[in-house]
Amino acid sequence: MADLYSKKVMEYFQKPKNMGEIENADGIGKVGNPTCGDMMYVYIKVTKKDDKEIISDIRVKTFGCVAAIASSSVTTELVKGKTIEEAEKISKDDVAKALGGLPPVKMHCSLLSIDALKTAINDYREKKSEG
Amino acid sequence: MKVYLDNAATTMTDPGVAKAMQPYLTQEFGNASSLHQFGREASGALDQARVAIAKKINAEPEEIIFTSGGTESDNLAIRGVAYANKNKGNHIITSTIEHPAVLNTCKQLEKEGFKISYLKVDKRGFIDFEQLKKEITDKTILVSIIHANNEIGTIQEIETIANICKEKKIVFHSDAVQSFTKVHIDVKKTKIDLISFSAHKIHGPNGIGALYLRKGTKIKKQLEGGSQEFNLRAGTEYVAGAVGFAKAVELVEDKHYSYVKQLRDQLIKGLEEIPNCQLNGPRGDSRVCNNANIIFNFIEGEAMLLRLDMKGIAVSTGSACSQRDLKPSHVLTAIGLKAAVAHGSIRFTLSRFNTTEEIDYTIKTVKEVVKALREISPLRRGYNG
Repeated sequence: MADLYSKKVMEYFQKPKNMGEIENADGIGKVGNPTCGDMMYVYIKVTKKDDKEIISDIRVKTFGCVAAIASSSVTTELVKGKTIEEAEKISKDDVAKALGGLPPVKMHCSLLSIDALKTAINDYREKKSEG
Repeated sequence: MKVYLDNAATTMTDPGVAKAMQPYLTQEFGNASSLHQFGREASGALDQARVAIAKKINAEPEEIIFTSGGTESDNLAIRGVAYANKNKGNHIITSTIEHPAVLNTCKQLEKEGFKISYLKVDKRGFIDFEQLKKEITDKTILVSIIHANNEIGTIQEIETIANICKEKKIVFHSDAVQSFTKVHIDVKKTKIDLISFSAHKIHGPNGIGALYLRKGTKIKKQLEGGSQEFNLRAGTEYVAGAVGFAKAVELVEDKHYSYVKQLRDQLIKGLEEIPNCQLNGPRGDSRVCNNANIIFNFIEGEAMLLRLDMKGIAVSTGSACSQRDLKPSHVLTAIGLKAAVAHGSIRFTLSRFNTTEEIDYTIKTVKEVVKALREISPLRRGYNG
């Protein structure tokens, strides 16, 4: 399988970025993929700046294969510093592109990381409306 | 350090094997069917190879049919017996933990109208003899059960299975690709009718295997062509391969396997120090001497495999993520593991070329990799073991 993965995928897999949790996170997204059983937990910290809501920090924990770990890791980099609206526009194809491509059978891993991110953003909005 | 622990996939060709093959890849190139001296030399070498392999299982040389490998041997055995006994019945019994060469051949026969019973196994991978007896009907023509399982190393008691089949006059085949030379088989004592072998699992070359076929067993050839291999397997013989296969068999010594078993137990003991892991398959002598299959909870096998690969260690996994169809290993699900748990399985298979230092390095590296991957896994919060 290793030769199926791009150099970028292997780099992110070898040294994943922003792994871990955020204490008192503003939004948490926990998703699992029934296709192969991968799990991702995404934690976001949102900071307000000039009326904009910016994702100032993001961390992720991943149980899954090489593609799942690399996808979740690169997603954190794509998101960090972006506004909520900008982050919501990121697609699975953006994730795959940032990784130099994913094998077709592993595209669901990039989708999972986007799902986790969106779930975390929704969680943030719900908490905000409650609060 | 480079450590090869995937010997159930394939093995390093023994230098002695390569040396024995060399003349047959160059000047001794004759076709074993030719009458001239080139052909006679080739057929002489082929005969000698056949004798050496027959001797290992106490068979007669004419009971050994050379094939292209384990897969072809399984196909010839199962299809050959099924088609030759069609008028007698259409029922075949096998198990849920067979190699795909057996499993998929049976599934194909199912499409052609044969009825197949798949025996369940217990959590260590053993079939139930009572279940086997119950499944036998007057339409049963063949029983095919793997000897040593390629994933979890379970060794079935083939003597018992052979006796049950013998009593009911049913042909018994076993895929012994993983057990050949590791577990002694004497076909004069064990009433087994067909056995599949492969050379490249025992430090022989790729592309050659054999089928043991007990004299008098009805079988239909599966490749049309010339009358090679007692008119049971057409095609010009791979003489260099047969010579290499025989050499590989001759080079095996019992002490190699007691050494391998010692390394295996060292590995299992070391890895079991890791919290939250479990050994799949049995312990002790009913486990093939070179296999350790361990599940590390909270992490996924493909990620583990490639992290180990980066450290020079070659293993395999039953994780769904490493399969193109994203299905977990059928063997691991057959022993009752849930897909999510089967995810974390790693298979280590050893050979006589491994060393104690390599095993120490592997234990140390696996501990590091498991720790690193568990740290980023959400399944066990705050886990640092």
